[in-house]
Amino acid sequence: MAMKHRAGATLALFVTTALLVAGCNGGDSEAPAENELYKNPVTMTWWHNASQDGPGKTYWEKVAKDFSALHPTVTIQIEAIETNQLQRTRLPAALLSSDPPDIFQAWGGGEMREQVEADYLKDITDQVKDEAANIGSATEIWQVDGKQYGLPYRMGIEGIWYNKDMFAKAGITAPPTTFEELNQAVTKLKAINVIPIALGAGDKWPAAHWWYNFALRACSVDTLKKASVDLVFDDPCFVKAGQDLKTFIGTNPFQPNFIATPGQNDPTSANGLVANGKAAMELMGDWNRGTLETVAEDPKALTKFLGWFPVPAIAGSAGDPKAALGGGDGFACAKNAPAECVEFLKYIVSPEVQKGFAETGTGLPVAKGAEAGVADPALKSILEATSGATYVQLWLDTAFGSTVGNAMNDAVIAIFAGNGSPEKVVEAMKAAAKK
Amino acid sequence: MTSINPTLSPAGGTSVPPAGPPAARRRSSRAAETRRKWYEIIGLTTPAVAVYVMFVLVPMGFAVYYSLFRWRGVGPPTEFVGFNNYILAFQDPIFLDALRNNAIIVFGSLLLQGPIALAVALLLNRRFRGRTVFRLLVFVPYVLAEVTVGIMWKLLLTGGGTVDALLKQIGLGSFVQAWLADLDVVIWTMLFVLTWKYVGFAIILLLAGLSNVPPELTEAAAIDGASWWQTQRHVMFPLLGPTIRIWMFLSMIGSLQAFEVIWVTSVPAVRSLGASATMATYMVDNGFFARLWGYGNAVAVILFAISFIAALLFQRFLLRRDIEGAVTGRRS
Repeated sequence: MAMKHRAGATLALFVTTALLVAGCNGGDSEAPAENELYKNPVTMTWWHNASQDGPGKTYWEKVAKDFSALHPTVTIQIEAIETNQLQRTRLPAALLSSDPPDIFQAWGGGEMREQVEADYLKDITDQVKDEAANIGSATEIWQVDGKQYGLPYRMGIEGIWYNKDMFAKAGITAPPTTFEELNQAVTKLKAINVIPIALGAGDKWPAAHWWYNFALRACSVDTLKKASVDLVFDDPCFVKAGQDLKTFIGTNPFQPNFIATPGQNDPTSANGLVANGKAAMELMGDWNRGTLETVAEDPKALTKFLGWFPVPAIAGSAGDPKAALGGGDGFACAKNAPAECVEFLKYIVSPEVQKGFAETGTGLPVAKGAEAGVADPALKSILEATSGATYVQLWLDTAFGSTVGNAMNDAVIAIFAGNGSPEKVVEAMKAAAKK
Repeated sequence: MTSINPTLSPAGGTSVPPAGPPAARRRSSRAAETRRKWYEIIGLTTPAVAVYVMFVLVPMGFAVYYSLFRWRGVGPPTEFVGFNNYILAFQDPIFLDALRNNAIIVFGSLLLQGPIALAVALLLNRRFRGRTVFRLLVFVPYVLAEVTVGIMWKLLLTGGGTVDALLKQIGLGSFVQAWLADLDVVIWTMLFVLTWKYVGFAIILLLAGLSNVPPELTEAAAIDGASWWQTQRHVMFPLLGPTIRIWMFLSMIGSLQAFEVIWVTSVPAVRSLGASATMATYMVDNGFFARLWGYGNAVAVILFAISFIAALLFQRFLLRRDIEGAVTGRRS
């Protein structure tokens, strides 16, 4: 009878499988390609990362509504998903399925290259020529082999946010322009008993960005460009970056226990230390204006004391002293998204919508004609520095793709924790490129 | 259910009027009966089996399949690498750290929670005023969501936070550690938080076990002049055996798969250095964050295999008497 039992179980399994297969085949109908714009009603899904309640999220709701009002045939369904979840799990899984969102967050760089190779994205080169021209060189990050697959709506370079009052108190007359001056500033700030530099190493990337900047100073622009495409890291400048970083960490510029300090979002984070007058400096991107404000006990005081200056240069290094690290956020359309998707993308980066975006204070706009929306003096100085930068290198972890990027960040963190080495960072990157 | 007893043969067999040779009639009616029984079984188990197959067996099969590929989760997996992902995992010092941390959590949980739970359960099994309140309080951490517990302890344990301040207040300032930042301390901090969270579950289980001990036995022991402790030692402990073993089993499996509390409480940097990583956090960090989907699946399979083998060994040697026949086969 044991035999019989097994046979019965097998049968049950078959029945189940058959049912499942039948069920799966049910919804397999492909919508016909639509060539004529705004003729037939379309519903598009839009996944973005402004998931926290605030001006950013509200603004995208308004943008979608306005677009539908302009084009009544288009309905846009928004899903706002937290960045990490969106980028690491939701989007990759959705793209693997046959039903991805029509328009979604795109960070450019190595990840976009992989998505293009898998044929997930719509080539929009011809449709967005004017928009791309109006944005300028920033669009290169959303290009793969010269073709445009997405457009940015926010872009900015990284620099050091600082407390002007503390600088004055410590007797620092002008923002440092070289690392020597930065080191002197650190010494002076220690003398007035404040944390010279806040560091959110707990989240890894805020610490890794220091290494990126040393790499940007040590490596030539060509070396970095080549590394982003070929994932080859043989140039000694990558080791030099780690050595410079190690020397810098040796001057103890950061708060104690920085290895467990989160980057942003709560009062104990590096952001909190700067926003509430405990630390004098922080290396961070253009979004920091908004994230500092969310943790500030007194946002008005913050506006008064907050300043920004570009990452200092290193004398006698191979890198371009006017080059800067930066990155942005953009959107891309799925391969099979309706043509209206591209129109919506163009609408998002139009000067008007961009100006409104800038007014939300959640980031710097990319389109020319939207500058008027930037009111904050610190953000204005970033905008100037961005247009004055000779070369903007995309965040290295995005440029090299998540796999190398993650290994690189982990190895850099090990240097911060005191058990890594400059050579190990490069070894980890090379090993990850093969993984 | 290994044979159908002919004497219990269905009533239908006797009610059908005799026609044809009795043996054949008997066989066909019995066949119909068997068929009906199978329809019932299939009808009743299909939903459960469907869910189980769809959400347990099929994903497991896929995990094994994907683990054999170098795959970043973009496009279908094409680059077959055999067992390379498994080899890479065991070559990664961070994964070995994660294994060590899991071992610390498995044995640490048993050694810490076991005695605490036993002591508290014995205490709470006595009648005293406010017993219900105590029982409730003890169980509260277990009811709290893992994420809530994680965030709470993260805030309490932050450098210069509540825990540090409290220790200083009571004159134990020299004990203050960088609970979440010191790479040598953090795993013990995690073990403490996990113990705090899950000891309530052990206590409730043991209390249930204690309440199953017939009062006649303790009464008999009392009549025989046994002290409270002697009663516990010689009556309660042995009868608690099955409960303790089941708890050990659940605790061990839970510890091997420890994820939520550690994911929330410890910071990414400390995890990625191996100091607080477990196999499960390592899997997510590498599978999703480094986008090594094939590799992440390999880690998932390793985690499954270790849990499965541990479970089998445990059942084979320790749970044998408690779950006779379920897994270990029939004892004749």
